[in-house]
Amino acid sequence: MSATTPAVAGHEDSEVRAPGATVIHAAGLSKRYGKTVALDHARFDVHAGRIVGLIGPNGAGKTTALKAILGLTDFEGELSVLGLDPRKERPALMQQVCFIADVATLPRWITVTQALDFVAGIHPRFDRARCEGFLKRTKLQPNQRVRQMSKGMIVQLHLAIVMAIDARLLVLDEPTLGLDILYRKQFYQSLLEDYFDENKTILVTTHQVEEIEHILTDLMFIRDGKVVLDTPMDALGERFAEVMVNAGNAEAARALHPLDERQVFGKSIFLFDGVPPAQLAQLGEVRRPSVADLFVATMKGTYA
Amino acid sequence: MNSMTTFGWLVKREYWEARRGFLWAPFWAAASIIIITILGIIAGEVMKARMGMEHIYMGGVSLSQMLNQASDNDVAQFVKGLDATMLLFGFIAAVVLSFVVFFYLLGALYDDRRDRSILFWKSLPLSDTSTVLSKVVAGILLAPLIAVGIVLAGYIVTQVIVSLWLLVHGVNPLRFVWGHAEPYSVWLHLLAMIGVNAVWALPTVGWLLMWSAAVRSKPFLWAIIVPIVAGVLNIWVGLLGLPHIGQDFYWGNIAGRLLLSIIPGSWIAPNADGLGLRFHNPDDFAQISYAAMGHAFTMPQMWIGAAVGIALIAAAIWFRRWRDEA
Repeated sequence: MSATTPAVAGHEDSEVRAPGATVIHAAGLSKRYGKTVALDHARFDVHAGRIVGLIGPNGAGKTTALKAILGLTDFEGELSVLGLDPRKERPALMQQVCFIADVATLPRWITVTQALDFVAGIHPRFDRARCEGFLKRTKLQPNQRVRQMSKGMIVQLHLAIVMAIDARLLVLDEPTLGLDILYRKQFYQSLLEDYFDENKTILVTTHQVEEIEHILTDLMFIRDGKVVLDTPMDALGERFAEVMVNAGNAEAARALHPLDERQVFGKSIFLFDGVPPAQLAQLGEVRRPSVADLFVATMKGTYA
Repeated sequence: MNSMTTFGWLVKREYWEARRGFLWAPFWAAASIIIITILGIIAGEVMKARMGMEHIYMGGVSLSQMLNQASDNDVAQFVKGLDATMLLFGFIAAVVLSFVVFFYLLGALYDDRRDRSILFWKSLPLSDTSTVLSKVVAGILLAPLIAVGIVLAGYIVTQVIVSLWLLVHGVNPLRFVWGHAEPYSVWLHLLAMIGVNAVWALPTVGWLLMWSAAVRSKPFLWAIIVPIVAGVLNIWVGLLGLPHIGQDFYWGNIAGRLLLSIIPGSWIAPNADGLGLRFHNPDDFAQISYAAMGHAFTMPQMWIGAAVGIALIAAAIWFRRWRDEA
């Protein structure tokens, strides 16, 4: 990310709103649970106005990284979020940060009206009228309790609340897990149309990479507690290429040290990192790889 | 958005969530007394009609006495019955409240971790200190205030019913039921007791909240088993002839305070076995006189317990902040 969006000096000033200001800065971020290393000197920066996908296999440290950012867990190393230390300044931080952790974390006893009353009562940046506007588009009733809602409706309520909070960072941890495709599409569409702008930053983890690929501006892969890939989506096509190679050229392709090789209908598909496109064009048809293919290639052997 | 407003919303949230225990449990307890009163009146009337009984007693005074030649002494006797009615409502509310608040506190910092809704609460700009303190306030002030309010309402409803019954029999209820301040004075004592109960309850409040915030599962078992196992070990150490804590002191001042101080009025005669509050005769009412309440604040048990309770609440806040569920 830092390749295209230079960090603004003096990001400690939490009032800086210039696009590209550093929202999250992590260096040497480590966390272990007993003998398990969840984060291993992870280093990354997230800048304002970006939608960053944090992608990794189960147990790679995604959730731990998010918890550290949200001040829900202790850690070693350096981490500042909006210039604040999440360990020491959590209540102040949470005025500017929202998160949806997993689906269906709203308390089951609460009604729609109570949820709105409460958030309006305690959150200085919550716009109730805006929230009610979002809810009008759903089938949610004011007196409906969360326990009477489907998973998809719970997420609609949660998203309506979160989108009505004028926060600078929104953290989403598997926000659409277990929802059907209609709710999933609607979720991300709402975020893009009604929420996201250059002053906001979204950090999202998900396993459904294909569905969010087109909305991400930045991609971060995490493996074994380390950030192994950190790139803007624009640069992805310049750096990575997928080539469909005829059988005769396979040896030549292997000589260029591909990340991955797989067979489809008798042809070999190679994935390259940083090989000039002109050189690859001689081997076969060059395409931009999908994030899913890149992910599979990068994470090879994780569960072995 | 000042912090008092936020705190008010936090307490309101506790009420929303615990309304079944805070409001409906004491409500139905009071309602059952009223229903029993009505059933009693009906039974009295039926027996009178069937068996030709000449006397029905209400508050130790027979109906015919009220009708004819009730002396001031008889009225005073009746008013004692009114006081007892108010105390009965208070006693039943106290029993219900003890159970409700005990389990409320055990679940207060545990239930939302179990159903993961803690992730929603933690996504809001709320400090863990104010979250935990809102649960303390809900348990030792809000719940008793609601219960004492219901006591008064239940008493008044009962007296309306009794008045109607007296009217039917031609007795003027003003002289017997409504012309006396004493029952309301009893009620004010119950109201004032909330303050004494609240400070006295702190060790139990802290103990239950701490386990509620700390353990991965079964806070009830931990909260109960730790003092019991410690007590048994203490007995064993004593059997070996080694230095140990006296049995009465341990169960009365340590285990008892950690588990039972939540019971309203348990500060009365705290060194007696069991609970102090007993009404053998009307003079026992002195046990909850304002003087007795003032005296409670001179007991070292009150203040040592409060200090321990505050330390335990601080521990609960720490666990709430740093307990990592991963």
